[in-house]
Amino acid sequence: MEQNHTKRQIKVTRNSLFEQGYLDEQFTQLEDLQDDANPNFVEEIVTSFFSDSTRLIRNVETALENYPLDFCKLDDYMHQFMGSSSSIGAKKVRNECTQFQEYCKARNDDGCIRAFQRVKQEHATLKRKLEAYFQVSL
Amino acid sequence: MGVKMQGHHHLVAVSLNEQQLGTKRKYRSYVPRTNQGKYLILWIIVFGFAAIHVYRSIDAEHQQRIQEGLVSMCDQRARMLQDQFSVCVNHVHALAVLVSTFHYYKNPSVIDQDTFAEYTARTAFERPLLSGVAYAPRVLNSEREDFESQHGGTIRTMANKEPSPHRDEYAPVIFSQETVSYLNLLDMMSGEEDRENILRARSTGKAVLTSPFKLLGSHHLGVVLTIPVYKSKLPPNASVRDRIEATAGYLGGAFDVESLVENLLGQLAGNQEIIVKVYDVTNTSDHLIMYGRQTQEGDPTRVHVSRLDFGDPYRKHHMTCRYLHEAPISRTAMITAVLGYVIVILVGYMFYTGAIHIVQVEDDFDTMQKLKVRAEAADVAKSQFLATVSHEIRTPMNGILGMLALLLDTDLSSTQRDYAQTAQACGRALITLINEVLDRAKIEAGKLELEAVPFDLRSILDDVLSLFSEKSRNKGIELAVLVSDKVPQIVMGDPGRFRQVITNLVGNSVKFTEQGHIFVQVHLAEHSKAVQDAKLESCMNGRSNGPQSKTLSGREAADDRNNWDRFKHLIADEEFPFQVLTSDGNSQNVNLMVSVEDTGIGIPLHAQELVFMPFMQADSSTSRHYGGTGIGLSISKCLVELMGGHISFISRPQIGSTFSFTAKFTRCEKNTVADLKRSLYDDLPTSFKGMKATVVDTKPVRAAVTRYHLKRLGVSVDVVNSIKTAVLGSCSCSGQPDMILVEKDVWLSGDDLNNVPVFGNKLKSPKMILLATNVTGGELDKAKAAGFSDTLIMKPLRASMVAACLQQVLGTGKAEQGKVMANGSVYLRGLLLGKKILVVDDNRVNRRVAAGALKKFGAEVECAESGKAALDLLQIPHGFDACFMDIQMPEMDGFEATRRIRKMEEKLNEQQDGCCENRTWHLPILAMTADVIQATFEECQKSGMDGYVSKPFQEENLYQEVAKFFESKPATDS
Repeated sequence: MEQNHTKRQIKVTRNSLFEQGYLDEQFTQLEDLQDDANPNFVEEIVTSFFSDSTRLIRNVETALENYPLDFCKLDDYMHQFMGSSSSIGAKKVRNECTQFQEYCKARNDDGCIRAFQRVKQEHATLKRKLEAYFQVSL
Repeated sequence: MGVKMQGHHHLVAVSLNEQQLGTKRKYRSYVPRTNQGKYLILWIIVFGFAAIHVYRSIDAEHQQRIQEGLVSMCDQRARMLQDQFSVCVNHVHALAVLVSTFHYYKNPSVIDQDTFAEYTARTAFERPLLSGVAYAPRVLNSEREDFESQHGGTIRTMANKEPSPHRDEYAPVIFSQETVSYLNLLDMMSGEEDRENILRARSTGKAVLTSPFKLLGSHHLGVVLTIPVYKSKLPPNASVRDRIEATAGYLGGAFDVESLVENLLGQLAGNQEIIVKVYDVTNTSDHLIMYGRQTQEGDPTRVHVSRLDFGDPYRKHHMTCRYLHEAPISRTAMITAVLGYVIVILVGYMFYTGAIHIVQVEDDFDTMQKLKVRAEAADVAKSQFLATVSHEIRTPMNGILGMLALLLDTDLSSTQRDYAQTAQACGRALITLINEVLDRAKIEAGKLELEAVPFDLRSILDDVLSLFSEKSRNKGIELAVLVSDKVPQIVMGDPGRFRQVITNLVGNSVKFTEQGHIFVQVHLAEHSKAVQDAKLESCMNGRSNGPQSKTLSGREAADDRNNWDRFKHLIADEEFPFQVLTSDGNSQNVNLMVSVEDTGIGIPLHAQELVFMPFMQADSSTSRHYGGTGIGLSISKCLVELMGGHISFISRPQIGSTFSFTAKFTRCEKNTVADLKRSLYDDLPTSFKGMKATVVDTKPVRAAVTRYHLKRLGVSVDVVNSIKTAVLGSCSCSGQPDMILVEKDVWLSGDDLNNVPVFGNKLKSPKMILLATNVTGGELDKAKAAGFSDTLIMKPLRASMVAACLQQVLGTGKAEQGKVMANGSVYLRGLLLGKKILVVDDNRVNRRVAAGALKKFGAEVECAESGKAALDLLQIPHGFDACFMDIQMPEMDGFEATRRIRKMEEKLNEQQDGCCENRTWHLPILAMTADVIQATFEECQKSGMDGYVSKPFQEENLYQEVAKFFESKPATDS
């Protein structure tokens, strides 16, 4: 009974992540890859994503402090950020990254800074939610 | 700009074509193109002259004959007249001799008037022409009185019968025939004519004639003949004077010429036709008529004149003859000429109308040809236009699709997402359509050429099936393929086009079928035909149990010849596979008969004729309901015809359609087959050879399909009707099957595994495998519970997929989880299994995800986090089968890394050139990119990459790319 309840809760949490658009089908594919050989595959990936992304965010922050902005560098960081976020299916983060890159291309300082704020925000939200999800599922 | 230039190019092409139109007609005309009327008139005139000439030449003969007739008649008459005349003259001569003999030589005279009259009267028949004769002596004036006294009368003149006036001499008539007795004592010399006559007669001593005059006593014209009588015999050369001296008298007679000629002519034939006139022409200027009327009558054109000689050299006579009527026109000549002329005119007219007709036809032909050339030019232009436009549309469309894909990745509201997704779907449909149009345009322009490369038919069919497996499974349709064992493994042909046709047909079937089955069969055309013929007879004999349950799914199909009755014949002699090259074993051609049978909505009867017309769909409502453009079938038809076959179909509305086509391929050379087999033959594992399987199926056709796939894997198959039989059979028989495959519906129909003995106690029990088209979760659980713990094979069956499943079940031996992904992933697994792959990406997360995905498909994966690291790993010799390379990396990006790898390989390949082990190094490198835009692909190729996959991996895309070189290249590790 208890187990069933937990199972349902996991399902609900997972579904809400999809429904709210935080995740997309890539995440499902990751889940598919998880099997007996790699029982914690998804979590490993997600963990490495967050450690990676935290480093990247730090890099971007540093880059944004320097003036004038090095758009090339920013674009490079964001490309990485976007690549990894699309790999785990973090949809919202990825969209924000795209936005950031657009501003980079347009060489829009304010836009970049604003976009970065949103990236950070989404990143944080996702981190919180996923942590909660994995907590439950484990 | 590019578009503009293209357009201009078109214009040039078209105008070029039109220049060709201007060229002169290529044939020579043999009839005059103008003035036919003038030629006709000339013809008529020329032949008019010819006709006249003909008439004349024929008429001339005719005329000549007429003339000859006239001449002969005239001459005849003249001669007769002359003869009779001379006879009379001779007789008168005889009288003269008589008179001289008996009147002068005798003394006294023994002739008196009575004697003379008597004699002359009795001899008158001798002188039919003479009205009478009389003798008048020469009496000088001195002797007149003696004479008058002696004869008892006076000498009278002829004119008024008065006593003659005084003259030098007289010639009174003393003897006269009775007919002219009125002449007695008339002085013959009193008449002018007679006097001259007498004088001339006595001077010449011959008979002389007067000119014609009216005779006394009758109104007939006549002449008087006078012959002198001499007192003594004269020497032949006596002078005129001697003669005059010796003259004793004169004997005269009157010729009644008119009655004479009349009598004469009366005796002759043809008297009526001819007019005869006799003239005295002594005086050449004034012809005196002797016979005939003075008036001109008769045919004036034709006259013949015959000379008459009446014995008087002084007088000249002739006879003229004319026809009474003008000679009739020669009918023969006329008819010949006229008829000939008419015929010639008709012929001329025929030529004339013929020429006009020919000219018209030639003109029409010319016009047609021009129109034809123009139409062809227009057609070519159309095709070119289509090709260009399609091509030009494709480029921006790709952009649109790419952008739509990007747009879909952004944060959209559900409505927006819906719109964007719809747009993307439409765009995809449009691209498909454009590709089809391009294909068609290419075919029409004759630019489409078929390849001739060896390929494996069966694997192509499997591929096609895998394309539609998802759809058919969703719809719950049974999709199956069966290739006859008689069909060679490898054939030469165009695999792409063959696949296109099959895909189109199967696609249509899937589209229009809601339940039932779709069944693709490939047989040798000859074999199929032979069986069909044989089968037709038996069909006639007994249609005992309707067509139900004889097809794949049990539903009735349009072509009910295709049911099990016939089918079992087709596969009957396939018990010994690969002993197939029987009848046409020597021939290089392989005629395949492919049929695609479905149980869809069918084609309405009225639309069946239009099916192969481009852009024609059976029904406009159809396209509304099912979509599609209707160009596919027409392309298929073209392609099939290019492959030397033909396509046809049988369809019954609401029951289904069966499309079948034939195609000609060539057999592969035997020795090359062996080489190719390894590379082309889809790497079906051989580990199942010799295994045994039992298939539990109540539907024979479906069982045959299952058997076909298993047989390809080398598994021998028994088919039984129920699970019970299968299990029992496996127990009792010596050879226990390695597996038992059970159809889902057989199982569901109540034959529960629980009821049969379990093999638990046996060491090696057969694996139980469930075959199903679609399975619900509940059913799956139930199946597991029922004992199908081993595996479930999802249909449509494909040998490679079956192999993968079996491998899982048998090869590993460990209990797998029940469900195996039965679509592309299995296939991918087949491709990637055991391959060593290098993944290069600087992003840790990406790297791990990619590696994870590839590992899932059985590949052995190594990772590198930069281009440099990859280069180090790829130092030759290395053991990698492929490399997935991220493009955007710091330091050294994917392009650069690839270029270096290629350079390295090149160098090595050159060095190895002389070496015996001539293995060229070429590592397949695939780019990983999130960009799906074309430009990236070109960039990839430029730097030596073999393709690209989207990131993150999409199975479909990954499969496509990987299949490209893992299929065409034999596995290096085997």
